[in-house]
Amino acid sequence: MERVPILKIGGVLLVSIQIDLQDQSVLALQEDLAEKICATGAHGVVIDISAVEIVDSFIGRMFATIASISRLFDADTVVVGMRPAVAITLVELGLTLGGVRTALDLERGMKILGQLGRGRDF
Amino acid sequence: MPPRSEGPEEVPISGDDDVVRVRQLVRTYAQQTKLSLVDQTKLVTAASELARNTLIYGGGGFARVEEVSDGRRAGVRASFHDEGPGIPDLTLALADGWSSGSGLGLGLSGARRLVDEFELDTEVGRGTVVTVVKWKR
Repeated sequence: MERVPILKIGGVLLVSIQIDLQDQSVLALQEDLAEKICATGAHGVVIDISAVEIVDSFIGRMFATIASISRLFDADTVVVGMRPAVAITLVELGLTLGGVRTALDLERGMKILGQLGRGRDF
Repeated sequence: MPPRSEGPEEVPISGDDDVVRVRQLVRTYAQQTKLSLVDQTKLVTAASELARNTLIYGGGGFARVEEVSDGRRAGVRASFHDEGPGIPDLTLALADGWSSGSGLGLGLSGARRLVDEFELDTEVGRGTVVTVVKWKR
């Protein structure tokens, strides 16, 4: 099983998914992120899916789960870089990702986290 | 580009890395049939849901993928076969939000919305075959 690396930039954890995710990798990523947020005290998580060709219900649910977990550690999550074909497919699949914050790209995602964490030391 | 595939091709589904393999095979066929990017994405996503169902609810099985034609247009057909417990209540299984397992209950109903043709053949105690087709527009 391949693991998705988690990078730390200031108070933000950056996860850029570059592999074809199997379910075990998804579960491992959730656990790794929880550990890492807890260990680093990060205020934000950015999940970059610009290289992800499909998001099915399992992967989609991961975004919501990660957002909920990070919330418990007082961190905000933003999913960035969703491809248009993936967005269209997700909506038709019936997965609206309510509750998951999204941004067009990494730059805007970082900006959103900056605004959410105003007053915090990023 | 992967080599061009001829005829039906089968992949066993016995672990979750096989779900990834099924996605890749379906994508190869969708690309060589020249489905649009959105249609490729829809078909591969449907295949991912169905392959996971085969693994989790059917106890494993196999997927068969092939290029098809109805004389006017080309398409890709993918079928998912298991010899699991079968689905006792189809109406329920196809309803949004209903799940017998730990899923979101979007697998079958969601996959059905993403394809042009959807056929479900199931018998309690014998197993399930789900067949989907996506046509080139």
